[in-house]
Amino acid sequence: MARKLQKMTALMAVLLLSLFLGACSKSSDSTGESTTTYNRVHSSKTITWGMRADTRLFSMMDVKTGKAKGFEVDLARAITKQILGPSGKMKIEYISEKSRIMDLKIGNVDAVMATMTDTADREKIINFSDTYFMAGETLIVPKKSKLKSIKAFNNSKYSIAAVKGSTADADVHKYAPKAKVIFYDDYGSAYNAFKAGKTNAMVSDNAVLAGLIADDSDKFTMLDTTFTVEPYGIGIKKGETKFTKEVNQALAILRKNGTYQRLMKKWFAGVPGFNIKESSKTTVSDK
Amino acid sequence: MISLFAANWSTFLLGFWNTILCSLISLFFSLIIGSGFAILETVPNKFWRGVAKVYVEIFRNIPLLVVTMVFYLVLPTYTPLKLTGFQAGTIGLSIYSSAFIAETVRSGIQSVGVGQMEGARSNGMTYWQAMRYVILPQAFKIVIPPLGNQFVNLIKNSSILAFVAGFDLMYQGDIVASNTFQTIPSYVLVGIFYLILTLPLSYYMQYLEKKGV
Repeated sequence: MARKLQKMTALMAVLLLSLFLGACSKSSDSTGESTTTYNRVHSSKTITWGMRADTRLFSMMDVKTGKAKGFEVDLARAITKQILGPSGKMKIEYISEKSRIMDLKIGNVDAVMATMTDTADREKIINFSDTYFMAGETLIVPKKSKLKSIKAFNNSKYSIAAVKGSTADADVHKYAPKAKVIFYDDYGSAYNAFKAGKTNAMVSDNAVLAGLIADDSDKFTMLDTTFTVEPYGIGIKKGETKFTKEVNQALAILRKNGTYQRLMKKWFAGVPGFNIKESSKTTVSDK
Repeated sequence: MISLFAANWSTFLLGFWNTILCSLISLFFSLIIGSGFAILETVPNKFWRGVAKVYVEIFRNIPLLVVTMVFYLVLPTYTPLKLTGFQAGTIGLSIYSSAFIAETVRSGIQSVGVGQMEGARSNGMTYWQAMRYVILPQAFKIVIPPLGNQFVNLIKNSSILAFVAGFDLMYQGDIVASNTFQTIPSYVLVGIFYLILTLPLSYYMQYLEKKGV
């Protein structure tokens, strides 16, 4: 009997410990205000950017050099220099779609530029800068596919690959409530699953998809119409208004002095499926 | 955390159910396949011993994720075989675990004294009769504790399904975490669900061990 009791206590202890951990997470959200992102950035003369490693055209790890390159990397560098001056340093931490908001909350990174859409839900948890890229969600399908619009997917036998942590499932279900959305860990695994025929299509932002199918344009095609508007913003920890403002100022200057337009041209000129003018817009109502 | 569960209980329970299902299926098949290869590893015939050794060494030394990806992505690309994430994950897990179970059972068979086999044979039993009625019952008794460890590992490894969209506990936890942004509570809940599965199993194995079966 005593043995049984001992075992029960051990079991309860483990369960209680996990409950306690869960409770801790709530309180830790509000702590850590003593060192603001603004102070950290200016005292270390370094901005740590959370970036992706798997998104062609935006931020993609170059296997030869081991460094990321793309539009977002260039823009982050320009913003860093704009804020901290020529001696300012930029550090890149690679993050995943799943972890990026958590990385901001616990201060692993100062800012996240990772094809992240500014949504009302996310604004409750983190700050967003002004829009730096206007994308829209669409689908890629095999060239011979008969499904040529999002509405055609409204059938439970059709499945669409998406990336965990994205807003894709809610968006797809608005137009095709019966379609099955299957989630993968990153763009690479979602695309591989789609390529292997696991799903009938893959959903993501047009700019991302254009990069993905660039090498397989004989096999896959992107639908012409986008069905959402996705304003990309730079994510910053909630409450860091001073740093957010600084980033916004830097963005405005870069747009004014032509750097932004130069970078847009450098990466997106001639990529089929979207145009630079649409993507450079700052507000949704510009449409 | 309780409110998070209250709001997403159906998501978590579906994942919990798929994890249980995958674990049970994998447990059944990996035990059968593993025991089969364990017996092959101890037969006198050199050829079959070699075959078993190659199987065990290959699958014991390749990451589970690679085995699963072969079934999920590589086979469907080059063969007409179409597998869902759940199927691919369960097959991968069964094969991977069977290699470890084979090694465990083999060590059990070999720890039964040579005299047992010789005694059984000299009493007129064939090799397979001796294996079936004399060696294996003793071997399984010996390997119950290490086998229990393998079963616990198998349940935990079933989280591989999250990578191939197998709708298991981990996958559902990922979805809840990314939709609610409550990352830590979501994963703590996932951890508790795994504990609900693995703790009783560990205790049961300890109990069996003490009782000596």
